[in-house]
Amino acid sequence: MSVLKRQYPLMILAGVLLLLPLVLPNNYYYDIAIRMAINAIIVLGLNLLIGFAGQISLGHAGFVGVGAYASAILPSQFGWHPLLAMGAGAAIASTIAAIVARPIFRLKGHYLAMATLGLGIIIAIVIKNEAAYTGGPDGMPVAPLGLMGFEISGEKQWYWVLAAILLFSFWAARNLIDSPFGRALRALHGSEVASQVMGVDVVRYKVTIFVLSAFFASLMGSVTAHYIGFVTPNIADFFHSIELMTMVVVGGMASIYGSLIGAVLLTALPQALSTFEGWETVAFGSILILCMIFMPKGLVPTLAARFGRNGQEDR
Amino acid sequence: MALLEVDNLSKSFGGVTAVQNVSFAVDRGLVYSVIGPNGAGKTTLFNLITGVYTPTEGDIRLDGQSIAGVEPHALALKGMARTFQNLQICMNMTALENVMVGAHLQLDRNLIKAMLRFPGIARRDSELKDQAHELMRFVGLERYWNLGASSMPYGALKRLEIARALAAKPQILFLDEPAAGLNSMETGEIDELVRKVAGNDVTVVLVEHDMKMVMNISDRILVLDYGKKLTEGTAKEVRENPDVIAAYLGSNV
Repeated sequence: MSVLKRQYPLMILAGVLLLLPLVLPNNYYYDIAIRMAINAIIVLGLNLLIGFAGQISLGHAGFVGVGAYASAILPSQFGWHPLLAMGAGAAIASTIAAIVARPIFRLKGHYLAMATLGLGIIIAIVIKNEAAYTGGPDGMPVAPLGLMGFEISGEKQWYWVLAAILLFSFWAARNLIDSPFGRALRALHGSEVASQVMGVDVVRYKVTIFVLSAFFASLMGSVTAHYIGFVTPNIADFFHSIELMTMVVVGGMASIYGSLIGAVLLTALPQALSTFEGWETVAFGSILILCMIFMPKGLVPTLAARFGRNGQEDR
Repeated sequence: MALLEVDNLSKSFGGVTAVQNVSFAVDRGLVYSVIGPNGAGKTTLFNLITGVYTPTEGDIRLDGQSIAGVEPHALALKGMARTFQNLQICMNMTALENVMVGAHLQLDRNLIKAMLRFPGIARRDSELKDQAHELMRFVGLERYWNLGASSMPYGALKRLEIARALAAKPQILFLDEPAAGLNSMETGEIDELVRKVAGNDVTVVLVEHDMKMVMNISDRILVLDYGKKLTEGTAKEVRENPDVIAAYLGSNV
């Protein structure tokens, strides 16, 4: 495949992100677009872990929470520069992930799900209980993010920041999948024993991708905190983990495009369903159930197969 | 010195001893076959040598270095490759990608370089694609190269495993029943393929039930029965050994 043709999807995404502001009527829509982008970036990382490497994580919101609270606490209470705090949050999340990953990845299937679930809940509890630092269940305000004397504020500026991060993440995730590292990840999902025999140190790969996805989740937690200007423990709770997981599954496991579609749809859906007043959760749940019954592989892989394209090439 | 030396190897699972005090040596460049009735411990022996199981007792040496209990991914570094009796193909990947995984250790596995797609990675990957193509042609699978592994027939997958193992450029290749479940024509093709592989300076250790194929291509044969070594020798010696005939036919000699 030529270099140019390889980058078509990246160019299309860049085009969409560039043109989108022309049709976004007001700040409310900008806000939704920003939330979509934040979720999409987390889900890209999570899909590398769940879809490509085949390892489940039901506690990923915990890492989002670590980043969000690092950005909330370190600048306001310890006078750190917000960027430094963001980096520190990502470093802490990565370290937690690296420490727990080795024992966790000895587990498989349901046990792995339970262990990651527990990890996420522990982080959420710590955030809720350390009220002296975190403000407890009420949450706490977050200082704005300044870059070289320039402060990012308002939906329009944040939109461009997130568009840039999303483009980079999309590009990097596609590169990763189509590399020796990415092939090893997919291979250990396909057959763990075969990939070991081919020289893949499976534990190291599982740990590395877990840490990478935690790193990006934490960064996006920091971004969310600065963007909203306030954090509550909800950002780290179990329901947020499930929401992220659902985006992966509905969009399509092991599909880069699916990650984007899943994040966009599941961020937009609750907004679109708000007209059902009080019934929106029921509608949301029904849509998910129907999705899983009729498209168990997720939207993008199912549609790609239906239109006769080779699903293996369309990720 | 022999390439592979197995010394008094034993493996027990609870009270069952699957392999008991087995010793043999495989010289470089040979086709060495392991045969025996069902449950004789052939696959267990393979799993011990290739690091999937840890031996209870005994030693295994490759090139004079002990490799007993070394993990499979570390053995791959020492030039060991294998196929599996029950297929272990990555069904979530294309046929070509499966072969490319075989070359894992020859590639730059750096995460950051991969994410930023350093020119070296892209260049090496496209070279590798050509090599993997070539290997698929070598095993007779060129028409499948762009297909997902999940849509290939069983016989082709057996050969895909061999192509993947060869992509690792092994010095010793373990084939666990490469002809199992194949018809006689396909078995003939595997027979020919194993000869071609051995002709390329790869030492082949083979577990196989198809006696015609084993007798045809093996330089030496090891016979296992109930986890113990029954005899070892050339095809002619093994065929004429009364113990072997007794083990296979169950007659009292």
